[in-house]
Amino acid sequence: MYSVMQGACDPALVALCAALVIGSGGIPGLFLQNKPGAGQILSAAATILAALAGVPASLLLLFSRTTTTYVLEWGLPFGPCEFVIDPLSAFFLLPVFLVSAAGSLFAVGYWPAAGHRATEPWLTFFYGILSSSMAILLVARNGIYFIMVWEVMALSAYFLLVTEHEREEVRRAGIVYLIATHVGTAALFVYFSLLAAATGSFLLPAAGSLSALAPHATLIALAAFIGFGAKAGIMPLHLWLPSAHANAPSHVSALMSGVMLKMGLYGIFRTLTFFQDPPLLWGIILTLSGITSALLGILFAVSQRDLKRLLACSSIENIGIITTGLGVALMGASSHTPVLMYLGMAGALIHILNHSFFKPLLFLGSGAIIHAVGTREMNQMGGLGKGMPRVALLVLVGSVAICGIPPLNGFVGEFLLYLSFFLELKSDNLVYLVFLAPLLALVGGLAVIAFTKLYSSVFLGTPRTPAAAHPHEAGWTMLVPMAFFGALCLLIGVVPQLVLRLVTPAVASFFPLMPLDTMPAEYGSLLGRLSLAGVLLLSAAALVALLWRWRLGKAPVTSAATWGCGYQRGTARMQYGGSSFSELAVSVFNGIMRQRVERPTLTGLFPGEARCRDHPSETLLERVVAPLFSLAGLSFAFLRRLQHGQMHVYMVYIFATLFILMLWAH
Amino acid sequence: MTNSIIHIFLALVMPPLLLGVIGKTKAAFAGRVGAPFLQPYYDIYRLLQKGTVFSTTTSWVFRAGPIVALATAAVAALLVPFGAHPSPISFDGDMILYAYLFALGRFFTMAAALDTGSSFEGMGSAREATYSCLAEPTLFFALITLSRLSGSYSLTGMLTNVSGGAWLYAGASLLLLIGGMFIVLLAENCRIPFDDPNTHLELTMIHEVMVLDHSGPAFGIIQYAASLKLFVLGAFFIQLALPFATGNPIPDWGIFIISMLLLAVVIGIVESVMARLRLVRVPQLLVAATILAAFSTLLVIR
Repeated sequence: MYSVMQGACDPALVALCAALVIGSGGIPGLFLQNKPGAGQILSAAATILAALAGVPASLLLLFSRTTTTYVLEWGLPFGPCEFVIDPLSAFFLLPVFLVSAAGSLFAVGYWPAAGHRATEPWLTFFYGILSSSMAILLVARNGIYFIMVWEVMALSAYFLLVTEHEREEVRRAGIVYLIATHVGTAALFVYFSLLAAATGSFLLPAAGSLSALAPHATLIALAAFIGFGAKAGIMPLHLWLPSAHANAPSHVSALMSGVMLKMGLYGIFRTLTFFQDPPLLWGIILTLSGITSALLGILFAVSQRDLKRLLACSSIENIGIITTGLGVALMGASSHTPVLMYLGMAGALIHILNHSFFKPLLFLGSGAIIHAVGTREMNQMGGLGKGMPRVALLVLVGSVAICGIPPLNGFVGEFLLYLSFFLELKSDNLVYLVFLAPLLALVGGLAVIAFTKLYSSVFLGTPRTPAAAHPHEAGWTMLVPMAFFGALCLLIGVVPQLVLRLVTPAVASFFPLMPLDTMPAEYGSLLGRLSLAGVLLLSAAALVALLWRWRLGKAPVTSAATWGCGYQRGTARMQYGGSSFSELAVSVFNGIMRQRVERPTLTGLFPGEARCRDHPSETLLERVVAPLFSLAGLSFAFLRRLQHGQMHVYMVYIFATLFILMLWAH
Repeated sequence: MTNSIIHIFLALVMPPLLLGVIGKTKAAFAGRVGAPFLQPYYDIYRLLQKGTVFSTTTSWVFRAGPIVALATAAVAALLVPFGAHPSPISFDGDMILYAYLFALGRFFTMAAALDTGSSFEGMGSAREATYSCLAEPTLFFALITLSRLSGSYSLTGMLTNVSGGAWLYAGASLLLLIGGMFIVLLAENCRIPFDDPNTHLELTMIHEVMVLDHSGPAFGIIQYAASLKLFVLGAFFIQLALPFATGNPIPDWGIFIISMLLLAVVIGIVESVMARLRLVRVPQLLVAATILAAFSTLLVIR
């Protein structure tokens, strides 16, 4: 297969062309405004075809462990523009192609051009630009070019996010996102300047070419952590994430959460490859911030009542788990423990891939739900499983997978991470790493609470509102992408050896000096045992089901109303809703997450009508960051005089700046 | 091979007997004769013969609950060693699978309960979710301590290598661990003081209220799965508390069976002499168990 494709064309070129096709897929739609839908279908077809070419190309590049370099002479004064595809880039390309193709098909049913004449062409256009900019970002090796593509990515995500800008909430989320992403970009300016100062050119340094002991090294790492961490949503740089993901159209949320967050992680991964022998402290910082993000992220998720906010908070959790794995791998590299490095890195990369399967599945599912019910409030849903059984089944697969429960894919990455925590117990070196295991177990337990809450308050029980009573099943364009991700979740869960083989080249390219020896084979066979246990579990379930069916056939089966403990006038509103389900857990962790409850005061024997409201609060954003920003806004008010909307004066500014710079350069 | 067959045979046949022994012990404390030891078997057999009533609110998720609960407990039974005998399936990291299998069972049991749309069953599953989430870290601290003491990463290695000798040099740590794990054993299996399987007030129940709407064969499967879970967690616990082995396979099976029955008697005694805790106290006790287990871990890795 490899030689065939090699003979026909270069896989790296195929991947690059696929990225360009995805980027231009939305352009025809801008000119076909009088034929609604044609542009959207054209773009979906182009994106899917590009992904069909791009995914095998990336896989080939990954398995052949080749590094391909293209140089573009662009005449700008920042040196030549290099595109390099190495196994790490090829690995990150996989989710970009898969999620963007699935999302563009989903959009045909979810955001049909017929119903959204004004917004659809631009949505489709920026969706393509976002997907393609992420793919190009992964291969860009010139700092200036990287930051240009980075800005294209950040801004196209902003335009996608504010699609429904007539709503106040969406505009607010957009502003918060814009500020957060530019704080990150500012850190990246510092980062690339420091890198250029260290290497003498804007080309990104080769793996292992910088010393971590140089004075600039810590600053470079810190700038990368802030700049890329803000995009990835590592705590405390996560503030923009919940509202942005909740307010974007669902297939955009899927792309943002499934792939764009990973671009931040890619930046951190890439930066760490530059350094030889990273100090232990870097690993410790990454591990601590990772496990904190995981724990607090999932705690926030438990208390949410908005379906998409819950999913967004759980993205913070998953990014935290991935960062923990990276930190562990880094600690392994600094303490020269290859097995720790291998397991931490493989766990992190597998979790990246897994998260880019189950999170888009859940976000697309939330799109189908919102499409059917018209609200994001989980307390107003219920009983949707009867009207939309296929969506319900697929969301169930996603929910079980994201909790990290066997036999689905979420368990695989976490399993390797747990192993890496336990492995140091035998030696006296880094033995405290093992305390991460109970913390990760707690994260897993909280994830079960969050996702049983999500699944049951949306799909189970009886409908709580008339809108939820008659949902319609999603069309095939929406179901096929979800089913695709669901099948991947099951496949990786049952045959985890495959995905380990997939990440091994990327791990090897991360630490080129570290010998992997027999580790891939050894842990591959261990995952084989896990796969056996998964098959055993599925067959045990099938056996019990058959037994039960046989017994059911022997005796009469009747149906009746749910047992109401003798109460005759039960209503749907009396069910345990999402908020009541999580209330107990929220009260246990009250010190960390706060739920604001406005309780009415009831007086007298027959109190009048009263209302009780509760909503999760974002203490850090509301109490600390927002006041700081309004303070900054007040103190820099005088600068606003420069901003008056007169084009010719702006051009004078540009000219004056250039002139001063020229004088300074001389 | 013979040992594996005996292992599977015991896992299939013995669990309901523990419930019978617990019931008999409680009856003895109350001065009653009590139901026969084999009563749980009769109950399950009779339930399997009965017809079924499904609530009109429920969907297939409700039917999946008992199936997944039993399947996960059965696979977990294959991972844990019984007494000094290694388990049929054992590999590095199987303890993590063991812990997560219960999470899978719990996910579906809770979903099945919430599928009925009854607020009582919702209450039960909210409690189950929170309490078992708090119990999770305790189990992991126990696994860490055992892994450190035995130098092994699989349940079989951990539990069969920590023999009487470990008590000499890590006695304090094991004692703390036994305290923590006994609390978790009672909480995970919904025994007094956490939950009263025989209470008659739905408002105060945890596990029993979650399965309120299951009837006939489904309820039989649930009863059996619950006893299997008690058996599986109990086998983990007695290997900590009573790590006796002769080295001879046949007496070792005898020791295992007697230890399990002894455990059932102890649970029966606890249930007889204690009252159920107020629900607000339950999280406090679970956190205390975690701290005990964390202490034991600190003692062995210092």
